[in-house]
Amino acid sequence: MSAVDHAEAHHHDGPEPGLLRWVFTTNHKDIGTLYLLFSLLMFFVGGVMALIIRAELFQPGMQLVDPYFFNEMTTLHALVMIFGAIMPGFVGLANWQVPMMLGAPDMALPRLNNWSFWLLPFAFTLLLSTMFMPGGGPAGGWTMYPPLMLETGQAFPFVIFAVHIMGMSSILGAINIIATIFNMRAPGMTLMMMPLFIWTWLITAFLLIAAMPVLAGAVTMLLTDQYFGTHFFNAAGGGDPVMYQHIFWFFGHPEVYIMILPAFGIVSQIIPTFARKPLFGYASMVYATASIAFLSFIVWAHHMFTVGMPLAGELFFMYATMLIAVPTGVKVFNWVATMWQGAMTFETPMLFALAFVVLFSIGGFSGLMLAIASVDFQYQDGYFVVAHFHYVLVTGAAFAIIAAAYYWLPKWTGNMYDEQLGKLHFWTSVVSVNILYFPQHFVGLAGMPRRIPDYAVQFTEWNMVSTVGAFLFGFSQLIFVWLVIKAIRGGVKAEGRSWEGAHGMEWELPSPAPYHSFQTPPDISKIVARGDLHS
Amino acid sequence: MAATHGGYYLPHGSHWPITGSIAIFTLAVGTASYFQGAGWGPWVMLTGFAILVFMMFGWLGTVIGESVAGSYNEQVDRSFRWGMSWFIFSEVMFFAAFFGALYYARIFSVPWLGGGDVETSQLLWDGLSLNWPTAGPGYADFEFEYMPAWPIPTINTILLLTSGVTITIAHHALKAVDREKLVKWMWATVALGVTFLMFQAFEFYEAWHHMNLTLHTGVYGSTFFMLTGFHGFHVTIGTIMLIVISLRCMKGHFTPENHFGFEGVAWYWHFVDVVWLGLYIFVYVLV
Repeated sequence: MSAVDHAEAHHHDGPEPGLLRWVFTTNHKDIGTLYLLFSLLMFFVGGVMALIIRAELFQPGMQLVDPYFFNEMTTLHALVMIFGAIMPGFVGLANWQVPMMLGAPDMALPRLNNWSFWLLPFAFTLLLSTMFMPGGGPAGGWTMYPPLMLETGQAFPFVIFAVHIMGMSSILGAINIIATIFNMRAPGMTLMMMPLFIWTWLITAFLLIAAMPVLAGAVTMLLTDQYFGTHFFNAAGGGDPVMYQHIFWFFGHPEVYIMILPAFGIVSQIIPTFARKPLFGYASMVYATASIAFLSFIVWAHHMFTVGMPLAGELFFMYATMLIAVPTGVKVFNWVATMWQGAMTFETPMLFALAFVVLFSIGGFSGLMLAIASVDFQYQDGYFVVAHFHYVLVTGAAFAIIAAAYYWLPKWTGNMYDEQLGKLHFWTSVVSVNILYFPQHFVGLAGMPRRIPDYAVQFTEWNMVSTVGAFLFGFSQLIFVWLVIKAIRGGVKAEGRSWEGAHGMEWELPSPAPYHSFQTPPDISKIVARGDLHS
Repeated sequence: MAATHGGYYLPHGSHWPITGSIAIFTLAVGTASYFQGAGWGPWVMLTGFAILVFMMFGWLGTVIGESVAGSYNEQVDRSFRWGMSWFIFSEVMFFAAFFGALYYARIFSVPWLGGGDVETSQLLWDGLSLNWPTAGPGYADFEFEYMPAWPIPTINTILLLTSGVTITIAHHALKAVDREKLVKWMWATVALGVTFLMFQAFEFYEAWHHMNLTLHTGVYGSTFFMLTGFHGFHVTIGTIMLIVISLRCMKGHFTPENHFGFEGVAWYWHFVDVVWLGLYIFVYVLV
């Protein structure tokens, strides 16, 4: 079934000519492409920062950079990767996929969609320009704890405003996604028919709208403490630096799930496709996602077990945190059960999805260890924490974005990517990423602190291994860039249903998908009857 | 430059969003430079603000034009409604951060510093007792008066609650196609909003100049001015929105079936009202 029914409509509906098309565009696919390219660019910018960090840590002592610059790198690496690479990556995928998977012509609010994206390059210009300001860029960690953050030089207000603008972008993007999911579904498509990617994004968008304004509030208080004499985070005035941490992590923990729930959605699309079986436990997946989202708002203080909270607080946040393992376990179980007795094939998206399930679970288990308040006193601010969150964010979130790119690339470009190259990318990535992060568990448990450019000599060997892994992983990603360029330029033509076992409305469209996805809403009853939607 | 797809209006390209981004960027650079002492900062700030106002006029003007021309169907209307509802929810969460700071200061940090947490208080200010409202243990000798709930805040509460009624009367008039009544009650709502703002400005003036209550007055002054200040800012925005909507009512832009612009602003006004009730209770009454 083709969405481009009328030659006349087709005539009007192509993209505008010229480069300004990308600046003024209101088309969900154009904006999705912009988001994804921006995410890729920031992935490399943040990646270079990571390699500077790893190069310095190759051996003990000070080699390449001075300590302040090292701290700037850890701070900016995190901000760039979180707000510049992972979040825009997921929003880009949502932009491309949500209208197609709902049977809609476009996003609900197309102009707002443009604005959500076009705030980002300005925000990151502000953020990255701070590196060249007197006093250097922010170096107090991405969490921006006072009073250290207030020691930042000229860069301080620029960083705060950059965070504000990133927040604006996220909120506007999330509003658009919610409006689209609630209002643009093809007639007859109920909420419980929606693909899991849509469900997880719906819940993520809610988390974004609830959490990002709180971050804006927290950094606004930093700003007024610095310039307007308020005492939110100053004990002399009756405030408390720890109050900042509470407000920040009230944002920060939902933020963690903002970066993983869409990944759950992606994996829940890919595994059924290549196992050629419907997703096991669809409804339980939906409820598990919602439970995780709810719990994410009542666990924030597990990021600050060592700041001196009352015992009741430590216990509450410990148990609440451990509770998250239950719905997460439901998800992992469902993915495994989906594969059980499936006719599995192992194309690149499936390989990345499988790596996700295994490696994200490792990150989940180390998270469970960190949740134990009493032992967190040893782990906190050490490399074990670094290993934990890189397992969930790199082999979790980033792997899912890469898997999604492979999965939907044929739909976007109209060409199959080079499978050989994809497999090469997968194997180099999955091996090097473990060389990179697994040893960090060991040095962390042995007592190596994070965010320090120098370390005790007994940590040397594993740091060397980790650095070698980092460079291998970083350069492996160039294979992906080459593969994407190749797929855009040509290759075996992709069919509408690019994968044999793929179900869902995006596969009803030809590949590449037409500029306006569904000009007339598809007939849901036929699609459901064929088993292409959950019902 | 626009096309309808399955009845859903899709604009084709717009330069307003990028104008908005340039405005926000200019505003941020100007403000940040001003904070860091650059003499040209305020001028850049003003430029950014001017571009922002220009963008708002242009973008909203375009949308109003499309709406009046009948380009939108019921589904587009619902998109606007979802969009506005979630935007208001994000605003609620922004205020939640500052309410959180207020509760934390009152329940934890101030009692702890005043002896409730033995280690903290002995280590920092031994033997000092603190009671809300406070300028903090480091400024124990600092003299100031707190802002009581009577008279101005209570009068303001009555004003805002009344404005919630007047805008509802206006809404009913709109649905009954009684334009004269609609316009009259809209301007009454605007007048109540403006009166609220004048009282609030007077309260700030009194606090700052006669009660020694400023942003520097410890965590009490911080939470007081940030909460009421941001609220006042939102009332200002709301009042401007009400004025625009009143003018649009006079032009006859709204029909009983099609008046999302009106309702969106009414929702926003009710949101400002509800936040005020929270402020009235937690900042003024339970001081």
